[in-house]
Amino acid sequence: MKILVCISKTPDTTAKIAFTDNNTKFDNNGVQWIINPYDEWYALVRAIELKEKDPSIVIHLCTVGSADADPIIRKALALGGDEAIRVNADSHDSFFIASQIAEVAKIGYDLIFTGKETIDYNGSSIGGMVAELLNLPYVSLATKFEQSGNKAIITREIEGGEEICEVEFPVTVSCQKGMAEQRIPNMRGIMAARTKPLKVVEPIAIEALTAITSFELPPAKAGVKLVSPDNVEELIRLLHEEAKVI
Amino acid sequence: MSVLIYIDSADGHVKKSSLEALTYGSTLATQLGVSAEAVILGNSNDDLAALGKYGVKKIYHANNDLLNHVDAQVFTNVIAEAVTASSATVIIFSNNVNGKSIAPRLSAKLKAGLVSGAIALPDTSNGFIVKKAVFSGKAFANISITTPVKIIAVAPNSYKTIAGEGTAEVVLLNVTVDTPKIKITAVNKVTGEVPLSEADLVVSAGRGLKGPENWGMIIEMAKLLGAATACSRPVADTDWRPHHEHVGQTGLAIAPNLYIAIGISGAIQHLAGVNRSKTIVVINKDPEAPFFKAADYGIIGDAFDVVPKMNEAIKKMKGL
Ligand SMILES: Cc1cc2nc3c(=O)[nH]c(=O)nc-3n(C[C@H](O)[C@H](O)[C@H](O)COP(=O)(O)OP(=O)(O)OC[C@H]3O[C@@H](n4cnc5c(N)ncnc54)[C@H](O)[C@@H]3O)c2cc1C
Ligand SMILES: Nc1ncnc2c1ncn2[C@@H]1O[C@H](COP(=O)(O)O)[C@@H](O)[C@H]1O
Repeated sequence: MKILVCISKTPDTTAKIAFTDNNTKFDNNGVQWIINPYDEWYALVRAIELKEKDPSIVIHLCTVGSADADPIIRKALALGGDEAIRVNADSHDSFFIASQIAEVAKIGYDLIFTGKETIDYNGSSIGGMVAELLNLPYVSLATKFEQSGNKAIITREIEGGEEICEVEFPVTVSCQKGMAEQRIPNMRGIMAARTKPLKVVEPIAIEALTAITSFELPPAKAGVKLVSPDNVEELIRLLHEEAKVI
Repeated sequence: MSVLIYIDSADGHVKKSSLEALTYGSTLATQLGVSAEAVILGNSNDDLAALGKYGVKKIYHANNDLLNHVDAQVFTNVIAEAVTASSATVIIFSNNVNGKSIAPRLSAKLKAGLVSGAIALPDTSNGFIVKKAVFSGKAFANISITTPVKIIAVAPNSYKTIAGEGTAEVVLLNVTVDTPKIKITAVNKVTGEVPLSEADLVVSAGRGLKGPENWGMIIEMAKLLGAATACSRPVADTDWRPHHEHVGQTGLAIAPNLYIAIGISGAIQHLAGVNRSKTIVVINKDPEAPFFKAADYGIIGDAFDVVPKMNEAIKKMKGL
């Protein structure tokens, strides 16, 4: 079995969010970059677990990004995976990125894992787009994944609960909490990652369907209205009469 | 030309988030001077014509038993036929679980630019620019869709439903339905609880509650208010509460009218998932807790003292 894990790079969750160039560009200044948590903790680690059970499994990682993404992809390789492919292009257009991943995936994977969403652009779109471009079934928001012969048995979130489904490979799956537990790369993994192949390929020509025109920061809060713990009824009155939310 | 709204339903009933999408879509249709139409798949127990009160004039109904369960691949092809039938130039989804799996497929199929998680109507004065939350709610981006056909998935709870007058014409949409490649073998729904993603009111608690045995008063408050319950990440990680209650940057992002945070410090990753809530109430014994900076109302106090008092006060207000 061959698995393709889609890896993206995002600012660290504590990064200061600011913009430059008249609010049209994200301010990279002083920002630490990490592997998007959903891609790392859930998609990649679950793929590694599957390979630990069945060493014949081959795991490829794919990222669409400029050379800035190399440290991230090396870190991912330190966790596991056999080789990585970086498509040398920077874009925030989901369709552009999905088309590049679909092109890489054309050689044929049984399983394509993505994260549930990127924590910077929050599209939760790329997995579905890749699946459509490759005419594959797509199971989104998976919380559990098991392989059983030529089938995948997947638990996924639905509104107000979960459902369990079966699907024959090949399939695209987006991963979230529940799939696996976060791991920390060890020294052996870090050393091994240095010699694992990282192929750089040029993007195919694709017209983006969207473009970011500007960013805004949310307006500051007016400040908290404090109520004494001895006057809890006042809080309930304020929520009822002033905020009108209960 | 039309704005076509996908009506999502569960067990034969239209979801609340779809009423928001209907209102959003028909308001946009008026803004663009085109007709507002909708499409629904599968059998329905609701009076579809009555959905006209949300502004739609025509509803395409693919009334086929095979469409009673959402399969994104199958649904995408059916909705694409409705897009053709209605000559739609804008397609609206709710960015709920189903919207997130269908809208991207439709976008790739039709090469129609998608903005998911929109929080306001597009600015169409010069182009077509949609605002969405990015960086998990820490900022907003204005995104221009540059294709002739456009898709917007509206963030749940960010656009208010408006009901007026009117009935919609319901037309049957005859389609060929493919066999789904995905076979559903079990569905486990938590019944009787308000789904967190759609909840208007949310009561949430964190590690300050010390242990799972103390959640009784939180659940009681949620019941009294008709609210959903949520929690911080360490609480879900240690299995004090189920995973689906975890909100934040790596959990669910929500935007209810009221978010009550009890014994939660307000770490940046937690705030990221809840800071679009309209009103935030914080109960924390530490006056320095960062959550107070993001709050509208707060009590500095011990949850074990304050929460039971709040429950009594709510009962009194509700005359219970
Ligand atoms: C990459 C990454 C992603 C993360 N994603 C998320 C996420 O999605 N969601 C999330 O929630 N966290 C997330 N976290 C974790 C986050 O940083 C915090 O650690 C977490 O939110 C803290 O949870 P807490 O507030 O429940 O616990 P604590 O930080 O331990 O806070 C407990 C609070 O309870 C108060 N308290 C204690 N006793 C009482 C009492 N008797 N009465 C009233 N108040 C009391 C304390 O003063 C304190 O403020 C993430 C972290 C990382 C690194
Ligand atoms: N630039 C990228 N390169 C490779 N995979 C990506 C990229 N961006 C997003 N993905 C994958 O697609 C998932 C969903 O991203 P999004 O649709 O942007 O929320 C992520 O969790 C990744 O697995």
